[in-house]
Amino acid sequence: MKSHRYEYRKFIIGGIALVIVLSYITRLAFLQLSDGEYKKSADNNAFFNNVIFPARGVIYDRNGELLVYNQPAYDVMVVMREVHNLDTLDFCKTMGITKQQFDERMSTMKDRNKNPGYSPYTPQLFMNQISSQEFSILQEKLFRFHGFNVRERTIRRYATDYCAHVLGDVAEVSPKEVENDDYYDPGDYIGKQGVERSYEPELRGIKGVEVLLRDARGRIQGHYQNGKFDRKPVPGKNITLSIDAKLQALGERLMEGKMGAIVAIEPKTGEILCMVSSPSYDPHRMEGKQRGAQMMEMQRDPMKPMLNRAIAGTYPPGSTFKTSQGLTFLQEGIITPSTAYPCYRGFVTHGMRVGCHGHGSPLPLIPAIATSCNGYFCWGLYHMLNNREKYPKIQDALTTWKNYMVSMGFGYRLGTDLPGEARGMIPNADYYDRRLGKWNALGVISIAIGQGEVTLTPLQIANLGATIANRGYYITPHVVKAIEGGQIADSLKVKHKTKVEKKYYEMVAEGMRKAVLGGTCRSANTSMYEVCGKTGTAQNRGKDHSAFMGFAPKDDPKIAIAVYVENGGFGATFGVPIGALMMEQYINGELSPGSEARAASFQSRHIDYGTRER
Amino acid sequence: MFEQEKGNKGIFLSIDWVTILLYVILIVWGWFSVCGACYDFNNPNLFSWETNSGKQIVWGGSSLVLAAVLMLIEKRFYDTAAYVIYGAMMLLLLITIVIAPDTKGSRSWLPIGGGQKIQPAEFAKFAVALALGKFMGRYGFNIQKTKDIAISIGLIMLPMLLIIGQKETGSALVYFAFFLMLYREGMTGSLLFSGFACVVYFVVGMKFSDDTIADMPISVGEFTVLLLAMTFTIGMVWVYCRNMLAVKLMAAVCYGATLIAMLFSIFVIPFNICWVMLGTCVLMILYIIGLAFYTHIYKYALIALFAIASCSLYYLSNTLFNHLADHQRTRIEVLLGKKDDLRGAGYNVNQAKIAIGSGGLLGKGFLNGTQTKLRYVPEQHTDFIFCTVGEEEGFIGSAGVLLVYLFFIWRLIIVSERQPDTLGRVYGYSVLCIFLFHLFINVGMVLGLTPVIGIPLPFFSYGGSNLWGFTLLLFILLRMDAERNLKRQ
Repeated sequence: MKSHRYEYRKFIIGGIALVIVLSYITRLAFLQLSDGEYKKSADNNAFFNNVIFPARGVIYDRNGELLVYNQPAYDVMVVMREVHNLDTLDFCKTMGITKQQFDERMSTMKDRNKNPGYSPYTPQLFMNQISSQEFSILQEKLFRFHGFNVRERTIRRYATDYCAHVLGDVAEVSPKEVENDDYYDPGDYIGKQGVERSYEPELRGIKGVEVLLRDARGRIQGHYQNGKFDRKPVPGKNITLSIDAKLQALGERLMEGKMGAIVAIEPKTGEILCMVSSPSYDPHRMEGKQRGAQMMEMQRDPMKPMLNRAIAGTYPPGSTFKTSQGLTFLQEGIITPSTAYPCYRGFVTHGMRVGCHGHGSPLPLIPAIATSCNGYFCWGLYHMLNNREKYPKIQDALTTWKNYMVSMGFGYRLGTDLPGEARGMIPNADYYDRRLGKWNALGVISIAIGQGEVTLTPLQIANLGATIANRGYYITPHVVKAIEGGQIADSLKVKHKTKVEKKYYEMVAEGMRKAVLGGTCRSANTSMYEVCGKTGTAQNRGKDHSAFMGFAPKDDPKIAIAVYVENGGFGATFGVPIGALMMEQYINGELSPGSEARAASFQSRHIDYGTRER
Repeated sequence: MFEQEKGNKGIFLSIDWVTILLYVILIVWGWFSVCGACYDFNNPNLFSWETNSGKQIVWGGSSLVLAAVLMLIEKRFYDTAAYVIYGAMMLLLLITIVIAPDTKGSRSWLPIGGGQKIQPAEFAKFAVALALGKFMGRYGFNIQKTKDIAISIGLIMLPMLLIIGQKETGSALVYFAFFLMLYREGMTGSLLFSGFACVVYFVVGMKFSDDTIADMPISVGEFTVLLLAMTFTIGMVWVYCRNMLAVKLMAAVCYGATLIAMLFSIFVIPFNICWVMLGTCVLMILYIIGLAFYTHIYKYALIALFAIASCSLYYLSNTLFNHLADHQRTRIEVLLGKKDDLRGAGYNVNQAKIAIGSGGLLGKGFLNGTQTKLRYVPEQHTDFIFCTVGEEEGFIGSAGVLLVYLFFIWRLIIVSERQPDTLGRVYGYSVLCIFLFHLFINVGMVLGLTPVIGIPLPFFSYGGSNLWGFTLLLFILLRMDAERNLKRQ
């Protein structure tokens, strides 16, 4: 039976076929005849760039002692689409894991929430950093485990138990770091903290590449054009730190059970000789695959062992700050070397009192530094801020003062070659205008003795010591002494001159010398070399912080140092003796037997901080 | 005896050699593509039994034998045995669910010895086509009758369900191709159009639901769907009811209100004009319902129903979509191009696009495709075979394949239309609609235009089962066609 009634519909059906074919041809034209984007993608696919990782530069201390090196490790990778007939039991036995761990690992790997880059088509990390022994066991059986593969990596190893904060650590790049820097691909390693981070470009070297033909299963089909486009990796540069490992070790021993920091600088070069932040941690904890868990644990620790207090901790500098005040007053002509201020157990005026301890009165600058007279420096700042002949307004006086402070390296980051440096705080006129509205010299007088709003990092305090040791200039303190086959940044070699003349520095140095000979730093005195020092006892909410800033020898100084012990009481209690031991270690290269005994006793003197959040 | 021989001679002369030529072209072209897709550095022998290209020669050769055998089986046989064949195939499909071993989660492959397997689902199509032809050619069959159309659809749905039972959803979807045949046989076009409209609403609505027009708080998806719903509804009133007054009135109100609202939103205060459009749609629906009551023409009621479904589909699908599980939502979003998921659901399609796009105008040459040769595209020799064509033969080659297909389908329309009876015509349209559906879905998915449904490209995709299946479909038709002049002699 022939049906003609609907025969016209053959045109509609034919039309549908025509429309489909024509629209597909249009789509083809769009895909194939437009730009070369797809061709590039295909090349990227087929010409697999096999990345060859360079050896990361190793790290030495200033005497050539090896601190950080590399060790081979192996990542076990898996392409899920190629896994078939896996003898799970045998695999688990070979890897030394249980079936349960295997299942757990597989499900985390496949979970897009935990592993956003998961794809069954590309190699995924199954287990990272297995040791050479584990690898050799696996290697024998690898051919039986289809889809599994091994990627060679190196992990960082530490030859020292100290210096964790300066050395820093290495870990896998975060997705954000991959996004920000074209150099990195997911799974690469990158320096996360310390020198590893700040000298990442030098240490990492440059990745090499082999251009290989490969298929989607990662099977290499050979070098493209006999390796014409291959590039050898450039190994990372070895780095020599300015840190003295022995001095660092002693510093960490002495700070045991105490919170705070020690920074020692070679004044002439700005090289940091030691940088202790306490509590610290054993750098071995950052090795290999345990890093994540260790980090978590340390981040939860209320004592914050990860924090590098030497550069990131900001503290009231206390009396160590008085040296900078004396210098400013001299340069500004507020005082002369012979100007004497009275001190009746403190700075007393207009019903206000800043307490002091007993010493002769009135007294000029040098004994004022030696005895750490509060009254003297309060009077100095009082006269400076109220000098309406020199400064039209109190704001102008404070601005001048602030500029002096900034020239000495306070209030801004020094620009050291470690990440995470803090600025500290030097208040300016604007700050007080906003905070206090109408204000006068008495309201802010405590900044003259390193209290109030003023805070410095231990590095800045040590740098103050170095500046006085240099009699008026500093070089940005830094921890890297030399880069093999490279140069340290020019900014780390520049002399920064302060606004104060050398002759005034001589006077302040003399005051610091007197403090050691007969003032607050008597216990630092030694016949071996001339020590200059200044104590600090910084008030805060809890027990006073104990601080010391000094340098030695007085002429041609080799070391400038700052010691800061949180809640350690008087500067003379912890700061001075620790500083003295450190200077002895560095200048003599060792401690005398008596000093060694003292060091042991300080090592075992712990401060009870309770468990409060810090 | 004499007549028989003379008949066979006449048959030989009546064979549609054009179709056979196209068939051979496609098979040979397909073989070259399989070579490109399967070329192995370690085993460069294209003719070895060890390689897929070698095996494909065997499948192709045996298909030709099968074709020759089929040319010997008279149409009378199919006419007599149509229901028996149908019943037997359905039974086989059912048995397959039970006894087939699990292959990648599907139970559709039957081992036939020698390590080879066949997929009964590939062979069920011709049985369905025959049964439909037989049933619809029955005296007194009328597609407008509910019972007749219901049984026809039942004949289609039964194998679909069985194949879904085998977890081969892709193969089951192919049976939708029969609806196009039903349309040729007189099934109302509005049904087909409604299905088409549904897909358009869904795709447009979902894809652009989060985009806004200029700076106004108007969702492109919602706006477009409502505009389409208006247009389609008005068009239906025009085509099916021929009420020009109503058409003009509705068009004036709907487009007028939309335009005014749009202008107000642009020049005065930006607001979501979709509310105005939705209101207009409601008015329009009420008007059509009114017409239905007033004129007692039931078509108005159906059109009103269509309009209601059109307007609500967008909101319904959006709500449903938000209640889907994450991975299902991702799949849909990837398909609609709203999200790139190049490592998972979108991997195949992206790699396929790269393969095709890198072919350029002339392609990289036979066996020179890096993308396919290096096995980047999964299933490249089966479902994604068109990639190889695109990469190695470029725009010229792939457009050529499509044009040959177009020619092939056009030829099958001619062949089907010249059949002297309903069995032949229905069978012929079934065959061509199946080919068209395969072409539409398979090439569409490789080009990233249709969902990834794992169905082969006829004559190109590697594999014995599907090649035999398509040969079976085609040559039964060609034998029937060859007999077209016999009865009149």
